[in-house]
Amino acid sequence: MLIFQLISEFFITGLFAVGGGLATIPFLSAMTTKYDWFTTETLTTMIAISESTPGAMGVNMATYVGVHMMGLVGGVVTTLSLVAPSIIVICIVAQFLNQFKESKIVQSIFYGLRPAVVALIVVACSSIFMQVFLIGRTFENMQLNILNATVFLFVFVLYKWKKLNPILIIVMTACLGILLQL
Amino acid sequence: MKEYIELYLLWFKLGLFTFGGGYAMLPLIEREVIEKKGWSTQEEILDYYAIGQCTPGIIAVNVATFVGYYRKGILGAICATLGIISPSLVIISLIATLLPQFQDLAIVQHALSGVGIGVCVLMTSSIIKLWKGSIKDKIGICIFVVSLVIAYMIKTSTILVVVLAGICGILVKNVVRSKGDAQC
Repeated sequence: MLIFQLISEFFITGLFAVGGGLATIPFLSAMTTKYDWFTTETLTTMIAISESTPGAMGVNMATYVGVHMMGLVGGVVTTLSLVAPSIIVICIVAQFLNQFKESKIVQSIFYGLRPAVVALIVVACSSIFMQVFLIGRTFENMQLNILNATVFLFVFVLYKWKKLNPILIIVMTACLGILLQL
Repeated sequence: MKEYIELYLLWFKLGLFTFGGGYAMLPLIEREVIEKKGWSTQEEILDYYAIGQCTPGIIAVNVATFVGYYRKGILGAICATLGIISPSLVIISLIATLLPQFQDLAIVQHALSGVGIGVCVLMTSSIIKLWKGSIKDKIGICIFVVSLVIAYMIKTSTILVVVLAGICGILVKNVVRSKGDAQC
């Protein structure tokens, strides 16, 4: 049943996504291949909306998927499933905070985990990048979308140079999308 | 009872007034939790952040759970967590319900195509920052490349990669180092 699939997928995401909101993107991206819940295009919209609305990005994305699939009930279910592992794990860790902080084992796990999480996020984002920057679905007739790539470079340099707010970037690219008929 | 409601309301406020979560929330937490309420000290909050990053789940949620737990035990942790997720539930539910009704309009289509580029900009910037903070030596690069290949070949291998990388970290730090390898 859909509701149980949503609960288990988001509980697992909450349990294995280490490093915050961005780390949930690989799990969401895997959902696009595992189920036909949403497309990469919808995922891109979800990320944009989650970044530019209040609240933690990971929570927003979980809510979005839930509402997208099953309305308000779905939103409540996916969000609670996502945070349930946090409540359990943190309540356990809180008992021995100092040992955890100084534990060599925990530090060595994270020594290995951090580069892997970056790799997972890169792979998950590559499907978004392909959807934005490539025209043509099959390998033979693939082409770089030059207009999109130009806009990307322009906005990226502006973002880094002027240290703009992420929300402003979303608003700005939305306006550019309308102006340039992207 | 009053204190549980207070916990819920404070984290509701923090969830409502911060964008992006994570460290974006820190200044507001400093003002509300440390200065106004006196529930935690600066060092405690930074500890919660440090641990919230290396425990599963959303960082901001983990920090909220910590503050709630130390204040009022498990029920306090639940109240704080529910507080921080409630604004998301309301706002995202509205947007996710309304957006499909406008999604077919040409102007919305163009805006969303543009926003796709914005998402790529933000993601690229986040990935560069993450790379700098996470990959500091040759072993890190090796773990990155191997994870990248596995994740690319098998699209649903996320958990596998996370578990393997953790084991790899333990092995490298404890086995290799005890043999006298200096490079970690």
